[in-house]
Amino acid sequence: MQALVIVAHGSHLNPDSSTPTHRHADTIRATGAFDEVKTGFWKEEPSLREVLRTVESEEVYVVPMFISEGYFTEQVIPRELRLSKWDVSEWESDGLSADTATLTAEDTGQTVHYCGPVGTHRAMTDVLVRRAETVVDDPDVGEGFGFAVVGHGTERNENSAKAIEYHAGRVREMGRFDEVQALYMDEEPEVDDVTDYFESEDVVVVPLFIADGFHTQEDIPEDMGLTDDYRTGYDIPATVDDHRIWYAGAVGTEGLMADVVLERASEAGADIDAAIATVREETRETTATGD
Amino acid sequence: MTDVRNEQVHTLFDRVDTEGPIDLDGLRVTADGDGAYTLETPDATHEGVSESKLREVVRSDHVAPYVTNWYFWAEAIGSRSRHRRAFLRHAEAAADHIVPERYDALRAGLETEWGEVLVTVTLGEDGQRRYEIRHADDASADPGDLDAYHDPLDARELSTYDEDGRYRPLRTAPSLASGWIFPDLDGRDAVEALDTIYPASIANWNLEREGDLDVTHWRETAERQTGIYGVVEELPSEAVDWVAETCCVDSQCLKRREWEYDADHELEADGGAGAFPCREPCSLVVAAARRWTKLEEEETHTYEFELTPSEKEQIEEIIDTVAEDRTDEVREADVYEGANRYRTRFLRAKRFDDEGNLSGVPTDPHEDEHHDHEAHGDSHDDHNHDDHNHDDHNHDDHNHDDHNHDDHNHDDHNHDDHNHDDH
Repeated sequence: MQALVIVAHGSHLNPDSSTPTHRHADTIRATGAFDEVKTGFWKEEPSLREVLRTVESEEVYVVPMFISEGYFTEQVIPRELRLSKWDVSEWESDGLSADTATLTAEDTGQTVHYCGPVGTHRAMTDVLVRRAETVVDDPDVGEGFGFAVVGHGTERNENSAKAIEYHAGRVREMGRFDEVQALYMDEEPEVDDVTDYFESEDVVVVPLFIADGFHTQEDIPEDMGLTDDYRTGYDIPATVDDHRIWYAGAVGTEGLMADVVLERASEAGADIDAAIATVREETRETTATGD
Repeated sequence: MTDVRNEQVHTLFDRVDTEGPIDLDGLRVTADGDGAYTLETPDATHEGVSESKLREVVRSDHVAPYVTNWYFWAEAIGSRSRHRRAFLRHAEAAADHIVPERYDALRAGLETEWGEVLVTVTLGEDGQRRYEIRHADDASADPGDLDAYHDPLDARELSTYDEDGRYRPLRTAPSLASGWIFPDLDGRDAVEALDTIYPASIANWNLEREGDLDVTHWRETAERQTGIYGVVEELPSEAVDWVAETCCVDSQCLKRREWEYDADHELEADGGAGAFPCREPCSLVVAAARRWTKLEEEETHTYEFELTPSEKEQIEEIIDTVAEDRTDEVREADVYEGANRYRTRFLRAKRFDDEGNLSGVPTDPHEDEHHDHEAHGDSHDDHNHDDHNHDDHNHDDHNHDDHNHDDHNHDDHNHDDHNHDDH
């Protein structure tokens, strides 16, 4: 018996905050790779304190739906899950490389494989690209396009920017897009000036956020000039300073995120290779070339 | 009458032969060796019978219910999930009734209330159980008038929004929308649906039943908090009682509060009478307590307001009506209700100055200058804040919504002036 528990922030105010987490859990549940798939939240129910007792399995893989290593992954989640003797050094991470640590939950006695966050996994790069394919509705999007990854910035967590730079670098190395740029909400280079950073007429902008909410639906579209008022909506693509901006919304809503969750669990020892192959194919929204 | 399937008989022999005696709900079967078996029920004993004889016995009218009942609990439900098993046995009062009585009751349907949900278990074929789940308010509704669902995970969407389409951040708030039914779930799916509507309720209920519920009291929860919630441990103990009275009584949450201030100091507020326990202050309570911790740091001031006796009582009525969530019940033209909209607008028109100050009294007594009460302190500092920011914690003063808030309030004032002529 092996169980997967996806843990996320959730919200007291915005029901959309947990929607992607539930959706990815449903995708994984449908593969049958785990005997149980559950979700637990900091701000919703079941709470992080109580989610493990809703799971029957003695072997539990816990994957945090967070963008970067930091306060939540290092302090809040292990504390609330009551992971005995947790210490962040278990991950031996440089801020990007947390993989897994095996611990015992004090209240339930379960063996918990506590994984690093989805946001820093290398497979997240593929999700960013898949998000671009989805928003442009072209499985081969790249040539003639610029690509921007948008993050919060370092104001509160230096690891947050590390994750953005990491994925921007990996997309750049693919050589698929004409230009790749990391942009931030609260520091230079700022997302407000997105068109200054690209020569390409078409630019895909993908925020590295788990869920759509205040930042991705209100701040960023207004900051980029897609609209004066988020409530009136915006076009995709929207024309700003002679560029066409293809704004993708939070990467976390992309179906392929389920694959990153599985990769994390797999690297922590879960036996789920078949499910990974299934999820990679079935979450694709664009039609593959040649079909 | 209950039929026994060949597979059930086969499994029974297999378990007795390979795993030893069966003993469940009054049915006892043992292998005596040399191909002989003994079967007992509360009504009869068949001792030392041959295998072929036993095959007849298990299909006889008085034994068959015991056999299908054994099969259901031993094989269909199993014991892998002790919480699920305990709940399903509770749903048919298995500990209280012998099998024939229970089967009669199951044919009529046995009901269990779980929060606002009604679970009805009935007898299916061959001793299988069928679980129907619907809102207790729909107890007497014709199932055809309710929206039918079959996937327990559909319960997630059904319990995310209230009757008015508003988000329900607290799953155990007594605001579950009605109008739906899961007409035919098996035991596993029934528990999954209930645990989706009321997360962790079954595990905590059973842990409590087993005497093993791990209650975490306020003090310990508060001391554990870090980041923006670190301040809640400074909330005075009498205010913790107000928090419990505010958030945790049955009119607000269906869980039965088992946590107290600490192990030695009970709270005076009513913990409620819910079926399942609340073992720790929840995230809503902690988030609200954070706000109250900051507000309770303020000193009181003596203000002097001019009010008529009726106006004083009206203010009290408005507070009561909002606190009891009864604003929707106040009829539009019922100007005898203090919380009536026209009565309230009249009070505002008469008693508020242009800055929104009651009787023209500024909130800060030292400020002679006009000061909008909205601008006082940090009244809106972070109400939406920690909610939106996943990876941050020290981040209390990101006041994005404040400005919008103020703008909206000004709009309201302007509206007033125009609307008076309309009716």
